[in-house]
Amino acid sequence: MKHVISVTVENKPGVLARVSSMFARRGFNIHSLTVGPTEDPTLSRMTVVVDGPEMEQIVKQLYKLVHTVKVTEYGPGEAIEREIMLVRVNADAKRRGEILDAARVCEAKAVDVGAASITFEMTGTPDRLADFLQLMSTYGIVALAKSGRIALARDQKTLKKSQKSA
Amino acid sequence: MPEQLTGAQALIRALEHEGVDVVFGMPGGAILKAYDPIIESPIRHVLARHEQGAGHMASGYAHATGRVGVAMVTSGPAATNLLTALQDAYMDSVPVVAITGQVATTSIGNDAFQEAHTWGMSMPATKHNHLLTSADDIPDVIREAFHLASTGRKGPVLVDVPKDVLTATMTWHRPGQINLRGYKPAVAGHPKQVKAAVDLIGRSERPVLYVGGGVVAAGATEELAEFAEMLGVPMVTTLMARGAFPDSHPLNLGMPGMHGNYAATTSMQRSDLLITIGARFDDRITGDIKTFAPEARVIHVDVDPAEISKNRFADVPIVGDAKAVLKQLIAEAGRRGRQPQRTKWLAAVHEWQETYPLEYVQDPEGPIQQQYVIEELHRITGGDATIVAGVGQHQMWTSQFWKFEQPRRWINSGGLGTMGYAVPAAIGAKVGTPEEVVFAIDGDGSFQMTGTELITASFENIPVKIAVLNNESLGMVKQWQNLFYDGRLSQTELSPHVPDFKMFAEACGAVGLRAEHPREVAAVIEQALAINDRPVLVEFKCDPEAMVFPMVPAGASNDEIILSREEFMSREDAS
Repeated sequence: MKHVISVTVENKPGVLARVSSMFARRGFNIHSLTVGPTEDPTLSRMTVVVDGPEMEQIVKQLYKLVHTVKVTEYGPGEAIEREIMLVRVNADAKRRGEILDAARVCEAKAVDVGAASITFEMTGTPDRLADFLQLMSTYGIVALAKSGRIALARDQKTLKKSQKSA
Repeated sequence: MPEQLTGAQALIRALEHEGVDVVFGMPGGAILKAYDPIIESPIRHVLARHEQGAGHMASGYAHATGRVGVAMVTSGPAATNLLTALQDAYMDSVPVVAITGQVATTSIGNDAFQEAHTWGMSMPATKHNHLLTSADDIPDVIREAFHLASTGRKGPVLVDVPKDVLTATMTWHRPGQINLRGYKPAVAGHPKQVKAAVDLIGRSERPVLYVGGGVVAAGATEELAEFAEMLGVPMVTTLMARGAFPDSHPLNLGMPGMHGNYAATTSMQRSDLLITIGARFDDRITGDIKTFAPEARVIHVDVDPAEISKNRFADVPIVGDAKAVLKQLIAEAGRRGRQPQRTKWLAAVHEWQETYPLEYVQDPEGPIQQQYVIEELHRITGGDATIVAGVGQHQMWTSQFWKFEQPRRWINSGGLGTMGYAVPAAIGAKVGTPEEVVFAIDGDGSFQMTGTELITASFENIPVKIAVLNNESLGMVKQWQNLFYDGRLSQTELSPHVPDFKMFAEACGAVGLRAEHPREVAAVIEQALAINDRPVLVEFKCDPEAMVFPMVPAGASNDEIILSREEFMSREDAS
């Protein structure tokens, strides 16, 4: 099962190396890792998607790094999760219309149209991206770039409401 | 008027501000600038002959004194040489600050002369590390390094200092407040868990106190003694905890694990509650973890939350400093009043001790048994010595046969098992505690790794004593080949002739002595103890066939403890 961890770290040189080195040394598997600034310029946020059963150890080992400020593990539904991807699909003139229709339904945006292919940009939940890729695979995927997941906790109020309604 | 200093001067002054009285190291190109202000500084510098030695000296100093040990070396090969000592200190949670030179910031990444990526290489071998980029940062970074090394779970911290940072000018200022948002080591344990622990202890029938090096590191040995006596519970002291509780105390069973004695190992196996304090369920203690202490529930006190439930699930986890938590446990147990008597359990443990003592036979005609040397050394010194071991059979025998009564009088490489640790660590210990007799007990294989530091000891007037238990082999590995590889010895036999340890010692400016026969043992020890103006090395020509028992084979269950060679052979024949 994949887990999403949000790690707030001090924005210091080498902090990404410290985190990834710890994962490598302890034999923890990283599915994806993204890093970027936060609302506080002295802090960065890493969103790590990990595989495997050692969640408790991973969180504890992350906390052991001196530059780690906070580690949050998100259970299903606790966070808004997004990924971005660029995907180039085989598309000759005959099938172009059909592909563009499918993309519209999936809310993927054509960002480059060539003689034999179309490149789409798509942002969404990992599931929606996977669905679109599945659909496009019938036409042939030429190239793919994915960002890895980013996540933010849901507002506590919204969270409670959605839990109630769920 | 603000004082202008070079980065080098600021570095040495920052060390002085930390109360550093000695630095172990060796100069070289990139660190050269920092060696100039050392001349005027009150800090003593001990010139090692190899940077690994400097690192182990800092570690030995830290073990003996409880203070932070400091090593300073240059860039590139010096930094890589130091890495073994850093990893060693990391595994055993020893507070060490390492200062390494680095090529100028403008050259970093250029494959400059003596450049190595020290920051990257030392990252997994240190608690924390820092690459300085500005001389202005020196006071704060050094303060931070000492703070990190000596608080929470202690450990090594490395500060990499580029050459241009040392030559730059800065305005001296005292370090500001430490600003580490994410670093808040635990002190007191959670009161609810403390109560739960005392509840569990009160209900247990076969409890064992499982004590590790964390108790020594936390300076919690008095609290440990009070708690143990209050509970009347038997205690095992791991390799890193020898001396945390007096061996003469009837509740102390001694060392458990791979070469632990039968009573210590078996009491853990049969226990229904392990009261774990500052220990980490290392594989050398647990053997096969799946069959380890199958009926025991676990209370685990540790300052490092990541140790709790890492190898063995903790029913009652208590994150906190061993000293603070022991005080809480004592107070809570005191409120509860009398402990159950547990007469049957204590009798069972006592019977194991009586039935399966540690044994060896010294034939008066020889060869000298290693255990005999250790016992004679103990008898003649009255146990009043700081004992430093290398790694191998001699280390296990020393842990088994020496009677440790005080903390910080037993120094060895536990987690990493670094052969060559003894001589430099003994030098560091002697520098830190010059009034104590510091006796290294080393093996011939282990000694040959770092024996040249004997030159440091002579040159720097550090009168350590070194016993080399010479069995002409890499004894522990040979023991495994004898037991588990049908006696097919592969590359484990060293020479009976070279080096001539006596001549080697003399060549290094130390006194060399030798005992070849059991009846000479006491006399050479007396002789060694009488020499206090120079280092002394005593070679004991020991039994090359001696093996360490008991032994739990690697990966086997602690229930499969082997008591002697004969017992192992008869088991082999039966199977």
